[in-house]
Amino acid sequence: MPQNAKLQSRHLLGLQHVPAEDIQLILQWAGHFKEVINRPIKRVPSLRDLTVANLFFENSTRTRLSFELAEKRLSADVVNFSASTSSVKKGETLNDTVSNILAMKVDLVVIRHSEAGVAHFLADRVPAHIVNAGDGTHEHPTQALLDAFTMQERLGSLEGKKVVIVGDILHSRVALSNIFGLQKLGVHVAVTGPSTLIPRAISELGVEVIDSLDDALEWADVANVLRVQHERMDRAFFPSIREYHKRYGITMDRLNRLKQVPLILHPGPINRGVELTSEVADSPYAAILNQVENGVAVRMAVLYLLASQSAPQNVV
Amino acid sequence: MPWDRTVLVGLQPRGAKLLKALVAQLEAEFATGPVANGLLDITFYRDDFRRREEPLAASPTEMNVLIEGKRVIIIDDVLYTGRSVRAALDALGDFGRPERVELCVLIDRRFSRELPIQPDYSGRRVDALNHERVRLNWSGSTLESVLLESPEYAPER
Repeated sequence: MPQNAKLQSRHLLGLQHVPAEDIQLILQWAGHFKEVINRPIKRVPSLRDLTVANLFFENSTRTRLSFELAEKRLSADVVNFSASTSSVKKGETLNDTVSNILAMKVDLVVIRHSEAGVAHFLADRVPAHIVNAGDGTHEHPTQALLDAFTMQERLGSLEGKKVVIVGDILHSRVALSNIFGLQKLGVHVAVTGPSTLIPRAISELGVEVIDSLDDALEWADVANVLRVQHERMDRAFFPSIREYHKRYGITMDRLNRLKQVPLILHPGPINRGVELTSEVADSPYAAILNQVENGVAVRMAVLYLLASQSAPQNVV
Repeated sequence: MPWDRTVLVGLQPRGAKLLKALVAQLEAEFATGPVANGLLDITFYRDDFRRREEPLAASPTEMNVLIEGKRVIIIDDVLYTGRSVRAALDALGDFGRPERVELCVLIDRRFSRELPIQPDYSGRRVDALNHERVRLNWSGSTLESVLLESPEYAPER
């Protein structure tokens, strides 16, 4: 039993500056919450006197649902906000939108935005606990935590394990959060993908670049396969989808040639037939649906641990 | 009520040892047959969340038994304020509706209750003041001693 069940971080903005102990603590509590969400009644009353605002300035299905479910299973009150149906369209600034929401006495804010650094911007300005649910191409910490949790569930301790991140590293906040988080857990991280989609300075982070996908898969215990983010590509980074699939798509043929097949993860949504074939995505090698299930448990752990840091207001 | 309709539920973490000892003794000396049992962690149901300095650590819940329609006996080591038992009643509700719920504790600190909760079965009654601590020393599954630790009384200033 841990003696210290307290996070050192007040917000979860990214994994770059989160101490390793905090990451371990979140993963450990996620285990407790996974047991909760497999009960007949999947709800505990822990956050019943708290309000959480989900501010999604960028589209999301999976992450928003996952956060909302996590909040409801902790019995928090939830308000949702999405940019497409709000006053942002009328030209309100971010600061104003957020101050308005906080005037409604919100305790935790989950925010996704297409610009990097928005979560940090808020953390400096508002008294609530902030959880970054993805800021531009910067970080997506809860995704990396649920990836790590899923790996740990399948492989045991991650110390000394090898993880390769495959594909569009350049536009991926999942990649960056994975790199920061996994390295703190003692994992060797490598990347592979078209050279146009690998940031030039990536080796500065202590990440190995492997050119061939086959070599990378042979080396790795886990392949975290990223989505090709067409929406963030303002120019052609590779000649065609077919060519991408031929060189960096994961197929059963490729896996069958390996001595040992790594665990396959994908943050979703999958472009079937691009990063992965359907056959691979639906095979026992893939833990993609486990990731989705674990996402709720990990987010419950994050919200619970952040919320436990502050005493209720107006209680003397 | 017969033992095949009874479930013993130990409260984590400190009720676990007593539960184990009770189950072993019932099966060995009272010929009850296998006694259904489970472990319940009440961390997420406590009413002092965010009101304590340090958040409490959670322990695993292992409820692989059906409690619907059965007699449930909650097992814990020391009954003090009654708040753990209140949380346990809430937590139990998430696993089904027992026909009745009883409470069995080793030590009943009868003068310190903050809620109207009393044990159905208790080993010893201990009359202790609020600043005193009751500590159970286990050696394996045997209870070695019960200590009443009484620090110098220092009234709050």
